[in-house]
Amino acid sequence: MTNANDFTLAELIIVAAAEAWRGDGELLATGIGPLPRIAAGLAKLTFAPGLQMTDGEALLVEAPVPLGPRGDYKPKYTGWMPYSRVFDSVWSGRRHAMVTPVQVDRFGQGNISALGPDFQKPKVQMLGVRGFPGNSISHKNSMFLPNHSRRTFVEGEVDVVASVGFKKDSWPAGAPDDFVKLGLVVTNLCVFDFNGPDHAAQVLSLHPGVSFDEVQDNTGFPLLKAAGMGQTAVPTEEQLAIIERLDPTGIRAAVLKGNPSGLRKAA
Amino acid sequence: MNKQMSMKAVVAELRDGMTIGVGGWGPRRKPMALIREILRSDLKDLTIVAYGGPEVGMLCAAGKVKKLIYGFVSLDIIPIEPYFRKAREAGSVKVTELDEGLLLLGLRAAGHNEPFAATRVGLGSSVMDANPEFKTIRSPYEDGQELLALPAIKLDAALIHVSRADRAGNTLTFGPDPYFDQLFAQAAEKVYVTTEELVESIASENPEDMKSNLFEAYLVKGVVEAPLGAHPTTSHYAYGWDQPHFMHYAESAGEEGGWQAYFDRFIAGDEASYVESVGGEAHIRNLPIPTF
Repeated sequence: MTNANDFTLAELIIVAAAEAWRGDGELLATGIGPLPRIAAGLAKLTFAPGLQMTDGEALLVEAPVPLGPRGDYKPKYTGWMPYSRVFDSVWSGRRHAMVTPVQVDRFGQGNISALGPDFQKPKVQMLGVRGFPGNSISHKNSMFLPNHSRRTFVEGEVDVVASVGFKKDSWPAGAPDDFVKLGLVVTNLCVFDFNGPDHAAQVLSLHPGVSFDEVQDNTGFPLLKAAGMGQTAVPTEEQLAIIERLDPTGIRAAVLKGNPSGLRKAA
Repeated sequence: MNKQMSMKAVVAELRDGMTIGVGGWGPRRKPMALIREILRSDLKDLTIVAYGGPEVGMLCAAGKVKKLIYGFVSLDIIPIEPYFRKAREAGSVKVTELDEGLLLLGLRAAGHNEPFAATRVGLGSSVMDANPEFKTIRSPYEDGQELLALPAIKLDAALIHVSRADRAGNTLTFGPDPYFDQLFAQAAEKVYVTTEELVESIASENPEDMKSNLFEAYLVKGVVEAPLGAHPTTSHYAYGWDQPHFMHYAESAGEEGGWQAYFDRFIAGDEASYVESVGGEAHIRNLPIPTF
C-alpha cells in the first residue's frame, strides 16, 4: 500500500467516508450522492465485503455500479430491493446510509425539508423530510457535508427535524432512547462524530492543512477534540485506482467547488 | 364484464373535495393522461395523496388542490417539483408532509380497515410538530413503548397507470419496482387505471407472468385505454421520462404566466394534440429510461 502524493480533496473524503461502514458486517449500504456512493463501493471492494447495495433503482447488484453513463458496463443482479423492501430493511435496522442534510445541529439532528420558521409557508421548500424520520429512528446514519460552515452546522436547532438526534426532550415519555445511531460526519474540513460525553460532537481527524480552530470557527456549536485526534488518512494508490473504476467519468470532480487538492497547505 | 371508460367519464365520477391517491413514484408511472383530463375540468378542492411527481405540481399550479399528503414531490434529476415548491413557498396549499414510510403505513392501515398504524417512525421529528392532530399510543405489552398512532389514509379514489389491462379490470404492471400502487388501490373506494395497452385478456399459462399483477381486479372500477398516457413520466418498459420536457416545464415555473402558457401549449387540447405538441409518438417511444 503506497500513499498517493497527488489526490483531490474529494478523493480524500471518499476514503475517509468509506470508514463509516467499517465493522458493519452484512447489511444494506446506501450512499446518497456521488461521494457517499463511491465511498460505499470502495468500502465493499476493500474491507467490507458484506455490504449490499443496489443499482440505484430496485435491484441488488453483485458489485457496486460505476457512476454515470454505463457504456458497455452491465450490472449483474443478485437480488430484488424495491422500495417496499427498502422500508423493510430500514425498519429492521439492517441498513447504514450516508446522507447530506442541509442543516445539522449539536444534537445530530438533520434537516432536508424546508427553511424558515413557518412550516406551512416555508421560506425555502427543500426536499421534504423524505425517509429521514424513519431512517434515523431505525438504523445507523452517517453524513457527508461538502461545505463545512455555520450555515450548515447551525448554532441553535435545525429549522425542521427530518432526522432525529440526541435531543431527549423531543421524545414522548416512555419512548426508548437508545435507538439513535449516528456514525461519521465527514466534511470538507474534517471527520467528526457525536460520541463525546453526552453525545457531544468531537473531531476525530483534520484534513491536511486544516486546523482545529478553523473547524470550530466554521461550526455553530462547540466541538471537542477526540483522544488521538490526528490528520485524516490520505488515499493509497490502490484506493485511488478503485475510485477511478467506480467513477470513470470523473463525476467526483464536480462535487466540491474548484475540485481542490487534498493536500492543502496550512494557512 | 366491461369496465372500459373514457377519460371524461372517469373525471365525471370524481367530485369536488375528494381525497384522491395517485400511484407511481416521482417521475415514474404517473397516470398523466387522466391528470391532464382533471386539469381540463372544473374539479376543485382536492386532497391529493402521492409519492408525488409532476401530477402534484400541475394540480397545484391549476388551483385544484386544497391539501397535499405526500412522502415527497420530486422529478428526481430536478429534485424539487417546481410548481409544488411555488405552492409551498406561497403557503397556498395545506400539507401533511410524511416520512415516506409513514405514507405506506397509512395507506396499508386504510386497506386493512384499521384506524391507525402503530410505529416508531416519526417520533422525535418535526412530523409530530407539523401534524399536531397525530396522537401517540402506549404498547400494552411489557415493553411499554410509546408509539405514533398514524391515522389510516383512506382514499375516495385512486388513479394508477398500468402496463397492460383487459376490460374486466385485470392488470399487469411492468418495471423493476411496483412502488406502492397496490396500497393505493387497496386504500381506495374506487380505482381507475389508465393502461398503456388494452388487450382482450391478460390471461396466460405462465404463472410467473402474474407476478406483475399488483392488485385485484375486484378493486378496479374503470379501465381507460391511454397509450403514452404516462408521458412525461416513465412507463416501464414502453418509454422513459422526458427530461428535456421536464426542463422546459421547470423553466415555465419561473416565468410570469408560465403555467398558463404551459397549459395552453400542451394540455388545453386533447390527448392526441398533447402527443403531437410534445414531439409525437415516435419521440416518446424512443425516450430512454434514465440510469444513475
